Amino acid sequence: MSKRAIETWVGLFVMLGIAGALFLSLKAANLASFGERKGYTVTAKFDNIGGLKPRAPVRSAGVTIGRVKQIRLDPKTYQGVVTMEIHDDVRFPKDSSAKILTSGLLGDLYVGMEPGADDKELVAGDVIRQTQSAVVLENLIGQMIFNKAADAGDSPPPEKK
Amino acid sequence: MTLHDRVAAVGALMIRVVRSFGRAGLFFADLIVHMPAALRRFSLVVRQVHAIGNRSLVIILSSGLAVGFVLALQMYYALVPYGATESLGQIVNLSLVRELGPVVTALLFAGRAGTSLTAEIGLMKAGEQLAAMEMMAVDPRSRVLAPRFVAGVISMPLLAILFSAVGILGAWVVGVLLIGLDSGNFWSLMQTRVDVWRDVGNGVVKSFAFGVVCTAVALYQGFVTEATPEGVAYATTRTVVVSSLSVLAIDFMLTALMFSTP
Repeated sequence: MSKRAIETWVGLFVMLGIAGALFLSLKAANLASFGERKGYTVTAKFDNIGGLKPRAPVRSAGVTIGRVKQIRLDPKTYQGVVTMEIHDDVRFPKDSSAKILTSGLLGDLYVGMEPGADDKELVAGDVIRQTQSAVVLENLIGQMIFNKAADAGDSPPPEKK
Repeated sequence: MTLHDRVAAVGALMIRVVRSFGRAGLFFADLIVHMPAALRRFSLVVRQVHAIGNRSLVIILSSGLAVGFVLALQMYYALVPYGATESLGQIVNLSLVRELGPVVTALLFAGRAGTSLTAEIGLMKAGEQLAAMEMMAVDPRSRVLAPRFVAGVISMPLLAILFSAVGILGAWVVGVLLIGLDSGNFWSLMQTRVDVWRDVGNGVVKSFAFGVVCTAVALYQGFVTEATPEGVAYATTRTVVVSSLSVLAIDFMLTALMFSTP
């Protein structure tokens, strides 16, 4: 095979490889959303963060608008402090609230933002005051059993015939 | 056999092992040192990329497609009871990009390209071509070995990427066209769960490491072979065995390093 033909075939091979890399990163992975838009960070304190993990999405009305950056424990109040990065083009009123929610019945946890009505907006470094913790299934079951027991104690014993 | 002989035999074995490691290490260092010479005469590298990369395309692409098909079918049956069939694409993608792509490509590469490299170098040595080159003051390491090494290191990641890409397309064919999953779900779940740097990037790093190992092993086995027909045959076998085992061992270590944290 002539030198030129070999060079052509190798060039095609390399270009095919680059096309494969582009396919993997653009179509089969999240490069499009990876070069993440710059954002501002806000924090929120939760009594219980459940299984929330760093890089979990922050959503408002179901639309992803940011990611959880860091999670740590406040040593004074024993609350979980969640630092979130929210895209710059999304602004929330100062009295917005944050909830830890689950996508689907067994899905991943995410932070849901619910806008308030304040005129002022959240800026970088702000703390979200109103929060709602993750629902921990064990606590829920415990509460249910407790209520059942309380009901059983209150109501008169079923009559026997 | 006296006790003295036994002790001496253990010692001799150890010395042999250390010596062979040392020789392989020196050979590898030599390859690295002679890489610039190969890069200066890039047409030699291009010729080798053609021999190593282009000629391996057919086997790599067809295996990738087959692996994608089978993986998608098997995963579908495993996922049906949980009603999680829409995550088929994501599972196939992650297993291909992280593990199967680099590893299977490296194993095929050792069998397809590594053996031909070993046989070629071994026969050059048996025919005393390498010695003749040295006589003409041409360093066979920079004229013969280094271009092949560079070509192998370039080809391997490209082949692994193509393997994964074709495998994912194969999974799409089975999942969407044959089974009838939703095409939008297939791609969007994949995009949310697969990270470019963490998954795709680490897979490429892996295949790069495998390229270095497979090519170096193949060249080394060819270079140190006994200059006889049996010697070359033995060296070719050793290439496949040694590169496959090192690829598996290195893969385990790299996986532990890259993906041990969730």
